[in-house]
Amino acid sequence: MSHLAVEICGLRLRNPTMLAAGILDETSASMRSIAEAGAGAIVTKSVGSEPRPGHGNPSVVELPFGLVNAMGLPNPGIAVYAGEVSEAKKGGVPVIGSVFAGTEDGLAELASLMEKAGADAVELNLSCPHAKGYGAEIGSTPELVEVICRKAKKTTRIPVFAKLTPNTSSIASLAKAAERGGADAVVAINTLKAMAISPEAGVPVLANTYGGLSGPAIRPVGVRCVYEIFESVKIPIIGVGGISSGRDALEYIMAGASAIQIGTGVWMDGPDIFSKVNRELLRFMEKHSYDTVRDMVGVAHHGRP
Amino acid sequence: MMPIATHVNDAPAVKTIRFEESIIAAPGQFVMVWVPSVDEFPMSVSYIGEQFGFTYQILGEGTKALSAKKPGDIVGVRGPYGHGFSIKGKRLLMVAGGLGMAPIAPFVERAIEHKSSVDLVLGAKSSGNLLFEKRAVDAGAKVHIATDDGSRGFRGFASDLTASLLKGEAFDGIYTCGPEPMIVKVLEIATARRIPVQASLERLMKCGIGVCDSCAIDGRHVCRDGPVFSEKDLRDFVDLGRAKLDASGRKVPI
Repeated sequence: MSHLAVEICGLRLRNPTMLAAGILDETSASMRSIAEAGAGAIVTKSVGSEPRPGHGNPSVVELPFGLVNAMGLPNPGIAVYAGEVSEAKKGGVPVIGSVFAGTEDGLAELASLMEKAGADAVELNLSCPHAKGYGAEIGSTPELVEVICRKAKKTTRIPVFAKLTPNTSSIASLAKAAERGGADAVVAINTLKAMAISPEAGVPVLANTYGGLSGPAIRPVGVRCVYEIFESVKIPIIGVGGISSGRDALEYIMAGASAIQIGTGVWMDGPDIFSKVNRELLRFMEKHSYDTVRDMVGVAHHGRP
Repeated sequence: MMPIATHVNDAPAVKTIRFEESIIAAPGQFVMVWVPSVDEFPMSVSYIGEQFGFTYQILGEGTKALSAKKPGDIVGVRGPYGHGFSIKGKRLLMVAGGLGMAPIAPFVERAIEHKSSVDLVLGAKSSGNLLFEKRAVDAGAKVHIATDDGSRGFRGFASDLTASLLKGEAFDGIYTCGPEPMIVKVLEIATARRIPVQASLERLMKCGIGVCDSCAIDGRHVCRDGPVFSEKDLRDFVDLGRAKLDASGRKVPI
């Protein structure tokens, strides 16, 4: 009998799908509705130390194959958001607190506050491509990634995930650095730095000029990144980028992901996408006689065990 | 990007922009309007079909920049988005307060095209602020006017006029858009009389497409699940008439 349950860094998930950071996760009620819709875990909005309104509008551009967004890390600040985390936990699935800061000390402090708020794990945002001084701006060199992970591990007892940027020449080096720093898992990938221009207006569309591309367009990049990371580290990988079907999830899993996240797919199909992906995954596993998701992890590297 | 066809004043600080293009939309649906290099915001479609258009109030920098646009100037339009009003029954009561008439006006026209009768309670601060009264009369609606200052019709709120109207007449459904305290009152009145209600809500909206959570109300989203909600949702909303999110996602009182 095939089943979808997975365990990642001690977290037990009823299925391998997680809500990706930044999607319908500013409020606990929205996070709970995503849990009800079938997600195996919830990653919160990226939260900082102070309230932050984010970038102005337009903050998103719709394309036939994905989105370019520059929300700019809007969040109410950890003091207020802590209440949302504890409320979100009532959804009955693990809640992973995403945090961003401009320094390793800042990130470590936020990780510790997320733990106090009740988060089951913390995801370090080392990869947002459109917020000055944060995200990818501090997560693009292996040296900093290692230092940040080490510091965060010192201040928390919950698992620490490092969400990595694909906007680099070697994401595998970043993953190795995260592993050296003690990260319990890596999450790959965040959006690809991108922009859109209106020819008629003759100006960039996004208020922030630059944004991040997500959705089906980036899936082959994400799968390639996970494949490379799997060859470089021992810690688990959580795959994200353009997943909207069971087959998409299988690509990531067979490249080496132990679990996956869905973000832009929620735009395409609504919250029902979680149950859809899970249904398709289970049907595939039954048809191809895989008992567990774990049996499929990394199959593209070494064949079926 | 679309060139503006016409740009007219409809009330003090309230203007309507129309385009040559047509749109297929339900009354109550909205479009995201981009003023290049300035801002982008949600706008209820106030003219549906050929030469579609939207109606807005000049409130901040973005709408001020929009108000300076002339016919031939271009703005970005994406959409329509969300769920609009749906006709349920033959005798409809619509309640519009202020700029809330923008999505109600095309609904009056559509409902009458679909052989429903429409009573419209149209409220505003003063007689000069009454929006699209002539459109409603021309479409064949029975229009009941309420003004806060009593300069036209009933002196008081549209919700109070609605309550007195319901004492004498029966309706199959109530449809409303306007200030949230008005919507709360209309919902109370309708619930007491067991009349189905649909109301169009407003929240700070960023993406407009159901991803960013900025327009969340009790786990639902004004951009994707709304802006028009029916009575079951409306009664479940703890934050209705009480709280909304600011740009950073903090709950603030309405």
